[in-house]
Amino acid sequence: MIQSASPPPSSGPVFLAHRRGDDVAVAVRDAAPGDASGAYLESGERFEIAVRAPIPLGHKVALRDLAESEKVIEYGVLIGLARGPVAAGDLVHTHNLRSARWQKSV
Amino acid sequence: MAEKRLTGYRRPDGRAGIRNHVLIIPVDDLSNAVVESVAKAIPGTLPLPHPYGRLQFGADLDLTFRTLIGTGANPNVAAAIVIGIEPTWTERIVAGIAETGKPVTGFSIERHGDLRTLEMAARCAAQMMQDASEIARVPVERGELVMSIKCGESDTTSGLGANPATSEAVDRHIAAGGTVIFGETTELTGGEHLIAERCASEEVRKKFQGFFDDYFAMVERTGANLLGSQPTQGNIRGGLSTIEEKALGNIQKTGTTPVVDALAPAERPTRPGLNFMDTSCAAAEFITLTAAAGAVIHLFPTGQGNIVGHPVEPVIKITANPLTQSTMSEHIDVDVCGLLQLEYDLAAAGTRLEDVIDRTINGRLTCAEALGHREFALTRLYPSA
Repeated sequence: MIQSASPPPSSGPVFLAHRRGDDVAVAVRDAAPGDASGAYLESGERFEIAVRAPIPLGHKVALRDLAESEKVIEYGVLIGLARGPVAAGDLVHTHNLRSARWQKSV
Repeated sequence: MAEKRLTGYRRPDGRAGIRNHVLIIPVDDLSNAVVESVAKAIPGTLPLPHPYGRLQFGADLDLTFRTLIGTGANPNVAAAIVIGIEPTWTERIVAGIAETGKPVTGFSIERHGDLRTLEMAARCAAQMMQDASEIARVPVERGELVMSIKCGESDTTSGLGANPATSEAVDRHIAAGGTVIFGETTELTGGEHLIAERCASEEVRKKFQGFFDDYFAMVERTGANLLGSQPTQGNIRGGLSTIEEKALGNIQKTGTTPVVDALAPAERPTRPGLNFMDTSCAAAEFITLTAAAGAVIHLFPTGQGNIVGHPVEPVIKITANPLTQSTMSEHIDVDVCGLLQLEYDLAAAGTRLEDVIDRTINGRLTCAEALGHREFALTRLYPSA
């Protein structure tokens, strides 16, 4: 193993989004409900999000309200369709997001 | 930065490798027992047991031959012994490997039995080990080395950290004149247009699209769909929700250069630069195909912690997932978790990775090598006759 410099207690953002206009951001550590900081990876620009549910490391939070069947964008590209209404701050995963390509999505 | 000194092994066909293995290759499942016996008798030889090689036909048989020949021909291999149940297919594989000019000898079991075959092959293997031990490392150029890339047990940290770091290394390798192979045909779904747009010519774009469409036609003919398999259960546990999201993360590792060719499985690349290969997304099958195409080093970004290795092609693991780093550190060669905390930028992560690549080229064992991971998995196109 190549050791990295031991990370200090992080003061970095809790969520990272790939680019401005993305509908979701990824938790880079476990996030609890409440106000949290985020950053766009592309620009470094910061944002705030009011989190409504626990979001585990690696899971996604909605950055805006999404209507049923609305297109969901990440990386600036379509990643799927909302199964039902999703509120900003909600966890976004297989329970409320399905593939737009493989229609029998789990 | 001054170019670092890289060393490897110059093979008789002019290609450069970074390892110096003596392989014992079974033609078929029946020959695994004696292959393993030879490897036990002569320490340091590398057996490649596999479950196929009987009653295959057509394109599926061609792919098995291409894979076994290509693995023996790989520049990380100094010499090879081929053992099959009968002489005709055995000699076909021997002849394919012999085109490289490296030492290769075949043995067949019928009319000898396992024990006489063991003695003949072991005597030959001992001599090959001694001869290989006298092949010295010599300076090699980065651009001579064929690299492959595939991620596994990906999660959202792959797309944010480990794959973009790999992308940096891919661009640098290609800028040095190198060849890089990526693939994972079904795992481009939702982002295949991004790859098609990067194809260097209409000819390459048509080949790529043909591979993509054919793979899906094959899946659809089974009457099943890939959900439940793609994304994998590990992907979903790690936060990936759809195939599109997984594909976009996957594509993050392919760098920024044009796609110069689209290759059949295990086909040797002829054009320097970024090459697509039509492959499964299963890790061991993928690396077995790229090693057969001549790749000598593999970059493997992982999220949840895929542990794959390959007997011939060293596999470097990269993760940006702090949970994986803390729970599975013996599998991780390069920790880029700091990317997600914005502690350093992609260029710095690329340099961190490049340092490990260079040391691995020069002989450092990867985690997978140190742990004894030697997954060798033939891709089958359809059942045997």
